[in-house]
Amino acid sequence: MKYIPTIGIECHVQLATKTKLFSEVDNDARGKEPNSCVSPVDYALPGMLPRLNGEAVRFAIRAGHAMNCVINPKSRFDRKHYFYPDSPKGYQITQFFHPIIGEGFVELPNGTKIRIEHAHLEGDAGKLTHFSNYSLVDLNRVDTPLIEIVSMPDIHSAADARDYCKELWRLMTFAKVSYGDLYNGNMRFDVNVSIAPEGSDKLGTRTETKNLNSFRSIERAVEYEIKRQTKLLEAGETIRQETRGWNDATGESTPQRSKEEAKDYRYMPEPDLPPLNLSEEFINAALENFPLMPSDYRAKFTGIIPADTLEVLLDHANLVEKLAELSSPSAIKRIANLFASVLLAEENFSLLNDDLPSATQLNDLAEMLDKNELSSTGGKEVFIKFFDPEMHFKATREIAKELGVVQENDLGALEAIVDAVLAKPETQKAQEDYKNGEQKVIGFLVGQVMKESHGKANPSAVQEILRKKLA
Amino acid sequence: MKTANQNVTATMLVNDALKKAEFFKDYNIFTSLYKDAALKKAAKIDERIKNGEPVGRLAGVPFAAKDNFLVKDTITTASAHILEPFEAPITSTVVEQLEKEGAILIGKVNLDAFAHGSSTENSYFGPTLNAYDKERVAGGSSGGSAVAVALDIVEFTTGSDTGGSIRQPASFNGVYGLKPTYGATSRYGVVSMASSLDVNGFFTKTPEDLDLLMSICAHRDEKDLTTLPDFYEESEAKPIKTVGIVKDFDNDAVDPEIRTALKAKCEELKKKGIDIVELDMPTLKYALAVYYIIQPAEVASNLSRYDGIRYGFRSENATNLDDLYGNTRNEGFMKENKRRIMIGNFVLSSGFYDAYFLKAAKARTLLIEEYKKAFEKCDVILAPVSPNPAFRLGEKVNDPVAMYMEDIMSVSINLAGIPGLAIPAGKTASGLPIGLQVLGPRRSDKTIIKFAEEIR
Repeated sequence: MKYIPTIGIECHVQLATKTKLFSEVDNDARGKEPNSCVSPVDYALPGMLPRLNGEAVRFAIRAGHAMNCVINPKSRFDRKHYFYPDSPKGYQITQFFHPIIGEGFVELPNGTKIRIEHAHLEGDAGKLTHFSNYSLVDLNRVDTPLIEIVSMPDIHSAADARDYCKELWRLMTFAKVSYGDLYNGNMRFDVNVSIAPEGSDKLGTRTETKNLNSFRSIERAVEYEIKRQTKLLEAGETIRQETRGWNDATGESTPQRSKEEAKDYRYMPEPDLPPLNLSEEFINAALENFPLMPSDYRAKFTGIIPADTLEVLLDHANLVEKLAELSSPSAIKRIANLFASVLLAEENFSLLNDDLPSATQLNDLAEMLDKNELSSTGGKEVFIKFFDPEMHFKATREIAKELGVVQENDLGALEAIVDAVLAKPETQKAQEDYKNGEQKVIGFLVGQVMKESHGKANPSAVQEILRKKLA
Repeated sequence: MKTANQNVTATMLVNDALKKAEFFKDYNIFTSLYKDAALKKAAKIDERIKNGEPVGRLAGVPFAAKDNFLVKDTITTASAHILEPFEAPITSTVVEQLEKEGAILIGKVNLDAFAHGSSTENSYFGPTLNAYDKERVAGGSSGGSAVAVALDIVEFTTGSDTGGSIRQPASFNGVYGLKPTYGATSRYGVVSMASSLDVNGFFTKTPEDLDLLMSICAHRDEKDLTTLPDFYEESEAKPIKTVGIVKDFDNDAVDPEIRTALKAKCEELKKKGIDIVELDMPTLKYALAVYYIIQPAEVASNLSRYDGIRYGFRSENATNLDDLYGNTRNEGFMKENKRRIMIGNFVLSSGFYDAYFLKAAKARTLLIEEYKKAFEKCDVILAPVSPNPAFRLGEKVNDPVAMYMEDIMSVSINLAGIPGLAIPAGKTASGLPIGLQVLGPRRSDKTIIKFAEEIR
């Protein structure tokens, strides 16, 4: 029997706000001492009350807009109770009943639309590190603002699950609401997977594999779960509703908690925060200068940049933003090619964190390539040189000259060099051979001319002149 | 209120208060005294007065705070074992506002642990005794606050009122006790009991003092998003033409002497030309049930943070995380705390939320509407505070329901978020104070304070 998988995904996105969701403490704890970014509110001292960070609300609105979602003018906060040392208050402040972000959709590169059920604002938990007979608690991450994005069960393959997560990641980084650093947990995914016989109108029992933080592990975990469930059903067994943990090293997931063991979170409206009423002005102001989204770039660059190259570039908001600043389709095409072939080559990954060259530098580079003033090799050399801090403000032509890679295109000057080479005794035999029909010796002659010009001659121009002279 | 001047110095006022605090030690009022710090502050104020420098509106006035108000670098106990030891790194907004005006905090006073109770018998440090009869309770939960003012130790005290915790002890000890409109004063830095019901207020000997304290403290606080925009100082007291009496409160469950006191007060008012109207408020009979769902739910939630992980008491008897939580909370909380945690978690649990918490929330909305309608028929309401005067120590300790009944006429005010002011209204034949409460619509705090002045 053929089984159709149905997948729904929950995604936690850490918002890159300056301060935490409910206090004025620094939200960026990267490289900071444990427990150094914690206020009395985050620490849950007695009598401390949460204050809502307006920037987090604006970021949530932008995130919702990126997913084509309705922004609910009225939302509210709730408490989700559980005891664990990563939760100082004994509850998480979330939006269980009335979330800020309503329905919307995300369109995958292949055109599939995945509907968004809702997304809500909430505070993150702290981090525990376990040792053999003790555990350490770091509360730096407590109440970092998160939005949890809940998809509808519209996904039916592991590849689409991966593409959906990747597209979410792009939307969040393009909208500039998250740093999108997956390795450090800026975005974390829970995948809900069930399978049902083809043609069945009922969904199967689902499992939830939690806390995935790479696109590859999402794809693998979904594939694994589809296979595991298929095997069980084919053996006549039933599937247990449970949460599972993924082990990337073994490529397997193991059960964590069954439905019966599920916690009762005792949700309750948060009485310390008044309902969140957003005026139209507030929402509009939050969306001012909203950046272009991947779909906008696809529309703009299709026909100019090959689709597969474009998808690679779309992993880097700054690259496509830069391309959009360039003056002509041919410049976009040439620079896109350089971005993809040079900048995204593994050995140059470190350059991605640097400032990109200016649009003027790149436009000029494209023009020089167009005019054959630079060979493709020379172009790459100039391009890399742009990232040298000392070259930031230098004109492209100047850099090319310093590198000595500007090609000689002046026909008069080239002819003089060709004549000089043809007059040399060591080229006489080759000239004879060419005239006798041995076409390939032209390569040797071009080489001689290039040598004479110290590499600055344009080889195709040289060949043309040679053929004319020897005809 | 007696403030310091050239002749009566702050040091004299503070010394006087400290002396009385010592003298009335057997009433078990104070959980801590800040003798040195208070005298130091007093000396500073005296210095300013001597130099002719400006001083605040409460210059040199000694006061005490209920021991659920945090004060920087001092111990806050909330009269609970589980907070021991807890030293606050910040000062609550209300105490800060008072100190800024020159008031001098001489110490903190006793309460039912985490403000759970109506007698101050639930304190880890033992009960505070009634100012008029040492064999009777002070009322609660702000028992220490009421008795400290009744015995004239300090000019005023702070208190918190979640379901009557200011008004009932005020009435038991013959002083004024104001529960302001919800959100009029800041809750920042005060140990939360039930966030949607908690209001911080004051005990004084006169309504005029309450007016002054409200002008100082009733302000929007950005640290408490549930505070209202400033309204008190700008508001005007409404002249009272009609006073409402709640028929539903006039029944046999209320002590005859209290009913008589209320009737006598009404006769007085009539003579002043004020109309008395009887109010039918059928929803009120559900108030106690609604309160004992919403309040424990919020209590259970707010007490979740006391887990022995980061501060306060931690049980020695634990070898794993679950036991650490369980034993810490079992050994650290008082019986009444645990009772409310259990009720609260029950009404919030999956499958019961709709039947209990949600239904109670809906009933609360009906109550709010009922009060709104009542205030269309009258300017203020006059009602008893509790069904009886101060009861004997130990009398209701083992009967939680009888103890909860103490709140029957006070909790609806918290559910509705309206202000209530307990005023002294004579004494019983045996000499115990009787209190009545003046209730008004939201933001009518000044009206009820001025009315209390008029009918004194």
